[in-house]
Amino acid sequence: MLSLMSLKIIMFGRLADIAGNAVSVNDVTDTDSLVSELNKKYPGLSNTKYVIAVNKEIIKENTPLNKKSIVALLPPFSGG
Amino acid sequence: MSDKNPYERYNRQVILPEFGTDGQQKLLRAKVLVIGAGGLGCPALQYLTAAGIGTIGIVDDDVVALNNLHRQVLYSVNDIGLSKAERAAGILRQLNPDIRIIPYNERLTTQNALQLFDEFEIIIDGTDNFSTRYMINDACVLMNKPLVYGAISQFEGQVSLFNQPLTGSNEAVNYRDLFPDPPKEGEVLNCAEAGVLGVLPGIIGTMMANETIKLITGIGEPLVNQLLTYNALSNQVFVLNLSARSETRSLIPKNESEFLKTDYVWLCSSPVASEEIDVDTFNGLIEKENVDVIDVRELHEIPSVNEFKHLRIPLAQLGDNTWSIKAENVIAFCQSGKRSLQAAKILNGIFGNSKKIYSLRGGIIEWKKQQQTV
Repeated sequence: MLSLMSLKIIMFGRLADIAGNAVSVNDVTDTDSLVSELNKKYPGLSNTKYVIAVNKEIIKENTPLNKKSIVALLPPFSGG
Repeated sequence: MSDKNPYERYNRQVILPEFGTDGQQKLLRAKVLVIGAGGLGCPALQYLTAAGIGTIGIVDDDVVALNNLHRQVLYSVNDIGLSKAERAAGILRQLNPDIRIIPYNERLTTQNALQLFDEFEIIIDGTDNFSTRYMINDACVLMNKPLVYGAISQFEGQVSLFNQPLTGSNEAVNYRDLFPDPPKEGEVLNCAEAGVLGVLPGIIGTMMANETIKLITGIGEPLVNQLLTYNALSNQVFVLNLSARSETRSLIPKNESEFLKTDYVWLCSSPVASEEIDVDTFNGLIEKENVDVIDVRELHEIPSVNEFKHLRIPLAQLGDNTWSIKAENVIAFCQSGKRSLQAAKILNGIFGNSKKIYSLRGGIIEWKKQQQTV
């Protein structure tokens, strides 16, 4: 199986509080499988609202990932 | 003095080749509405006033409080208890008496938003809650006004310029293309709950002023179709590209009358009150599927409970452990029924409409008592 150790995951805001900043997930080939792996590893993420960006583009549907992908998980902020 | 050279005040920016008297004239003709004269609004207002935006409106119905002063840098201790909109206007007029500053000491609502926005060309969102943010976004889409957006949490901030198409395009991205629906109360913490480093809104609010000035004068590259995130701890800046979603339009009121009927406060709140239940109802519920029972007492408290399956999450740790609650129906209990009510309130705040939350009246004491009498 393809190992994707070098996939980079960046957590913003409260998500970093839940999962920390050194998040790594193995063997995921798309964003849907990434989300389900993250939910298993960090159950607190499953009831938290966020959007996903792959290579700095906000995605709207399941998106393929590779070793060089940079994935960012971004929650909404309300403060002012 | 100012008769001789009307641009003396603005000399240091006018001498920038990209800016010139042309850029200054554009600023002096511009009409900008700043919503929220708080952490983001204060620095944005200060720089926009100093830069010579011709007309600035300030909407805020709040008054200055002592715990505002670490980040809302326009105000001093003498302003505590006074209207933010009025005080900001007074202080800014001293900074620049040559421009028009209009305070609106009122809360932005669907009833006044469209009329107010009509008087201005650019809207700046420095508010502190989702219901107002979604309302501002929708009003800007309806009225085709560019929206300078900024938001903060703890050590991080977001900035963008919404509803402004790229030159040559007529497709504009708005906030709902990024986050289509408002989170429910409790899904995201506000500054009062999560805290914020005072200097952070200073940085983000100043960036918002910068985006506004770039948009008006046409210099540089404003954050069109982009979201900038800034982390004050790591100094990391991340710029994400945004694109319009076809389904976004269906989420936004189609016209003025639909907008007036939209209840933005309700969209962002969790109106379900927690329900207190008696021992009989409790016994009925715990027989059912899809129910999680939680003992919110401290782990050492007695009597211990072996009669039915339950989770043990002390009240103080509840907020951090809600991930372990999976069922759609949740019943909290404690010793006497008081703490479980608090727990139910917390859980309602976190889960909103997605779960039904109950609290056992009389607590485990009452429950044990009734089992003996049966």
